[in-house]
Amino acid sequence: MMNCKQATRLLSDQLERPLGRGEKLSLKFHLMMCRACRNFGGQMGTLRSLSRDYAKTTGKTDKAETSKDTESSRGHEDS
Amino acid sequence: MSESGDTGSVARDVSQEVGRHPDSDLSASEQLVDPVFLGELRSQMVKFARLQLRDDDQAEDAVQEALAGALKNVGSFARQSALKTWVFSILKFKIADVLRYRQRVISSSELGDEEQREQVFMDALFNSNGHWHRAERPTSWSGPQGAVQSEHFWRVFDACLNGLPEKQARVFMMREFIELESEEICEQLALTTSNLHVILYRARLRLRECLENSWFETASAKSGKEVQS
Repeated sequence: MMNCKQATRLLSDQLERPLGRGEKLSLKFHLMMCRACRNFGGQMGTLRSLSRDYAKTTGKTDKAETSKDTESSRGHEDS
Repeated sequence: MSESGDTGSVARDVSQEVGRHPDSDLSASEQLVDPVFLGELRSQMVKFARLQLRDDDQAEDAVQEALAGALKNVGSFARQSALKTWVFSILKFKIADVLRYRQRVISSSELGDEEQREQVFMDALFNSNGHWHRAERPTSWSGPQGAVQSEHFWRVFDACLNGLPEKQARVFMMREFIELESEEICEQLALTTSNLHVILYRARLRLRECLENSWFETASAKSGKEVQS
């Protein structure tokens, strides 16, 4: 019988490689009985889409930081 | 000290070279690079470098040098994805240089420590039968998902990423932010496929644990209270 440690590993691995038939079957069986691992599986997908959104949010933060930098350096020159 | 001086002069050499040939391949090839694409690429690179170097100035320097180096040869890249891979492989070497230098200065942690650390983390999540400890069972994130894109959330996300061990952070970023394929990451970092999968698994376990504890759990507790009142 597959345990949660093995099931979560497969739930991560399936984002990287197609699972074998045996793996799929034992995972499916485990997930039928285990809500925690079902939640974990959902979170894996969320984590991937969040990460892609996160990569796109950087632009704004960088701009804010740069303008702050220029302000402080300008202040420095004045003094 | 002498090392940072060296890299500085490399950057100067590059910019001088670029400056000396305004009508060379660069100006023509610059048109090939969409400024929006370049802006996004740059911010991804900065994030990537910061997470690994944990030093904003060194990160900016590494990105600047990698970009300058890559843009010289941009004409040879027919596809943006090829350019992206190339730029990040240069950046990776720049980062490795900085890290190698640091490791000479500060003694690096042993591999044994790393395995021990992972074992401790796994034992905190799973019992001896490999099942979740009751308190660690993942919950459903469906509730407060709508509010997820807030600025506050991204700060939490940032903090969780920064809490990852360095190697896990690097691999996770290459895979999920830069969206490199598994084979490319293995090749660049000299990892086996199963190595890569273990590292990604550990990074995901940590990230979801951190997000659940510092965002999703508190958010659902809050919305629970609101419903009650």
